[in-house]
Amino acid sequence: MPTYTLKINGVEQNVEASADTPLLWILRDNLDLVGTKYGCGIGQCGSCTVHVDGTATRSCLLQVSQIEGKDITTIEGLSKEGELHPVQEAWKEVDVPQCGYCQAGQIMTASAFLDKNANPSEKDISNAMHGNICRCSAYKRIQEAVVLAAEKMDA
Amino acid sequence: MSSLLPSTFSRRSFLRTSSLAGGGMLIGFNLFTACKPKVEMPIDISKLNFKDFNAFIKIAANGMVTLYSPNPEIGQGVKTSMPMLIAEELDVPWSHVHVEQGALDTTNFTRQVAGGSNSLKTAWVPLRQTGATARQMLVNAAAVRWGVDASECTAKQGVITNAKGETLGYGDVVKEAALLEVPENVGLKAPEDFTIIGKDASNVDITEIITGKPLFGLDYKAEGMVYASVLRPPSFGQSLETVDDTIARGKDGVIDVIRFGDKVAVLAKTTWQSMKGKEALIAEWKTETTLESTEFHDKKMLALLDGKDFQTLRSDGDVKKAFKEADKVVERTYESPFLPHNCMEPMNFYANVTAERIHLVGPVQTPAWTATRVAKLLERDEEDVHLEMTRMGGGFGRRLYGDFALEAAEISSLAKKPVKVVFSREDDMLAGTYRPAIKYRIKAAIKDGKISGYHLKEAAINGNMYGLIPNFFPAGTVDNYQVDVANYKSNITTGAWRAPYTNFLAFAEQNFLDEIAEIMEIDPVQMRLDMLQKVKGTTDERIKYSAERMEDVINLVVEKSGFKNPKEGISQGFCAYYCHNTHVAEVADVVMENGIPLIKKVTVAVDCGVVVNPLGALNQIEGGVIDGVGHAMYGDFTFHDGVSDAKNFDRYRLIRMGEAPKVETHFVKNTLAPTGLGEPTLPPAGAAIAIAIKKATGHRLYKQPFIRNMEPKEIIG
Repeated sequence: MPTYTLKINGVEQNVEASADTPLLWILRDNLDLVGTKYGCGIGQCGSCTVHVDGTATRSCLLQVSQIEGKDITTIEGLSKEGELHPVQEAWKEVDVPQCGYCQAGQIMTASAFLDKNANPSEKDISNAMHGNICRCSAYKRIQEAVVLAAEKMDA
Repeated sequence: MSSLLPSTFSRRSFLRTSSLAGGGMLIGFNLFTACKPKVEMPIDISKLNFKDFNAFIKIAANGMVTLYSPNPEIGQGVKTSMPMLIAEELDVPWSHVHVEQGALDTTNFTRQVAGGSNSLKTAWVPLRQTGATARQMLVNAAAVRWGVDASECTAKQGVITNAKGETLGYGDVVKEAALLEVPENVGLKAPEDFTIIGKDASNVDITEIITGKPLFGLDYKAEGMVYASVLRPPSFGQSLETVDDTIARGKDGVIDVIRFGDKVAVLAKTTWQSMKGKEALIAEWKTETTLESTEFHDKKMLALLDGKDFQTLRSDGDVKKAFKEADKVVERTYESPFLPHNCMEPMNFYANVTAERIHLVGPVQTPAWTATRVAKLLERDEEDVHLEMTRMGGGFGRRLYGDFALEAAEISSLAKKPVKVVFSREDDMLAGTYRPAIKYRIKAAIKDGKISGYHLKEAAINGNMYGLIPNFFPAGTVDNYQVDVANYKSNITTGAWRAPYTNFLAFAEQNFLDEIAEIMEIDPVQMRLDMLQKVKGTTDERIKYSAERMEDVINLVVEKSGFKNPKEGISQGFCAYYCHNTHVAEVADVVMENGIPLIKKVTVAVDCGVVVNPLGALNQIEGGVIDGVGHAMYGDFTFHDGVSDAKNFDRYRLIRMGEAPKVETHFVKNTLAPTGLGEPTLPPAGAAIAIAIKKATGHRLYKQPFIRNMEPKEIIG
């Protein structure tokens, strides 16, 4: 099996895997970064969202052979030096999660979106978050937390 | 005042205490039963014995309180709300309380309860009693230290004060308190004195969740563990004839291929490799029983409704006579599909079966039942089974069934390796234990402007409504009343799905009552209020809903939603329901935009008794309503030749953010014992939106999902 050098959360790591292995499973099984969740494997639910060069991307659809040289951030790398990211802070303040399983993906989508859109409308938010399913339907709190995070990031 | 003599434990005591080796006091207790007479309390915190106790409280020498509970969290927040009950009566600041899931691996977790809408209701008195008893022991210890009577001392916020104004912290007296006799019949606080109950408390696991810590079953790993993907019969009704695993065995990372029964497991070093290995299996299947389709089920259920072969679950008066004497008879049929649970975390389980023991770890709602079945399957002693529960990425009923744990145990036993079975999303949707498809036919007799007869027939796949459901509202409000059920035994597996039976029954009945009110040209709210009069003071013990509490939620929702005077352009749908011990009324607001109905808002009035944690309660209520809206609108799960048409989220539509209505919640304020919130707000939501859509479009809905059965065909939340 070939070896790939991946830059994950600022650290270069070598992984041995077949070329078609999705980044999702590299993170979870090879690198023990299990915060990125498996939900559907076909890019429909958003549970596996990570940042690739700052853009929210479904890691279940991204093959390991496509991502060498890219800067990948996972939920484990979102908070820097023990400080929560403003989106995580907002999630905490609003007390968003019920079961919590989809929340890492929701947070990764929201944080990449807010980096590019500092003052989103309600419609912008629901469009940006449309790809992330919350089976517990905590959508109203997710929405509220994105608004709060936008305020925090703007401040 | 209680005796302060050094203890011999009361045989009836529901809690025990010990001094911890590392300092502090440990209290072990049983939520539903007295402690066994001979059970010993540990003095080492790493040896908590969850087999004989439900939970433990540690009060450290610095006054900090840790609650160790093995109860799993499905997402209803009981891991936060139940400790609040203890902390309230113990009278410690909530910020001094830390909640931990019981230590893994050293303990036996198989005797635990796993959540549900009943959790808070059943725990309400016992958990507060535990906290109050512990507080009294600390007070008694302080009184001994001071040489005063305990009745002269008070405890508040972790500090004990005597008549002279001297104080001692809880931590200061834990050592002595642990040696005292457990007092009995300690009084509880009056609701107006609550300082923790009724205040917002954040989810105790919030930081771990938002930073991606390994909490869930799918995240669990163990030394030497391999992953297993399981090939199961593609259709309900098929079994495995032969399998050729030559190609699969040659795939990267594949370690072994194991056939067990009608299934084949591919074991590999990683999840992806096991999934690819499974795809490479070449299997031949034989058809043993009928391969069923939705059309077939529809015919069977309609034939049952047209037939005479029913079991009667409730019968009052004489419905036949009522229909004969009626001014008008109305009959309608309501239809719902199967529904998969689609927990976001697909089914998975870890098993390591060795000669010494059977170690199981994962997300399951029924640990005791699962452990028993695993022991039976492997012909082992139940004492060998050690089952640990992880946090669950949703349950909705699916994780009651434990089939995934049995698979893991069987594979591990055959492979002689620690194994983690992981369902792909397709496996999860295709090998489900679905909400059964159901049809209701309801017939009402109208005489002199009133409902004089009501006859409900249920035709369901596999199983019918059970328990007290046939006695829910409107049972008791109509003199001539009958509930009949029949079912068709299918080879498609079915089971509990969030708010079993009521999740569709509420839609059928409430939608029907709305149409009756329309036909009688009376106000649908007034009709409900009039019907409820007959239930007041009922002596029928099967009627568990309260007419007064139902009136409260109805009046509250009408007031808060502006139902009597809706704003221009808003069509409102009203319904009131009781299930899972909680009374709920909902009003949905629908507006037409470009000829398409949009669900803007749902106003909810809830009577769940004391609201223990408003922050968590609101989350449950909003989630329940939106889940109810989503499945009524989009939940579409049809079968062809024993296999579902939808296999993943590309074909199975779940509600998304832009489609979710605003949910505005109002609580009836009272001091009655709390009831659950995980389920009761879901069932009425489908009815409320259907009734609002009828007002907006003129088109009444009888069949779910609405998206496939409405005019115009488009709808946006």
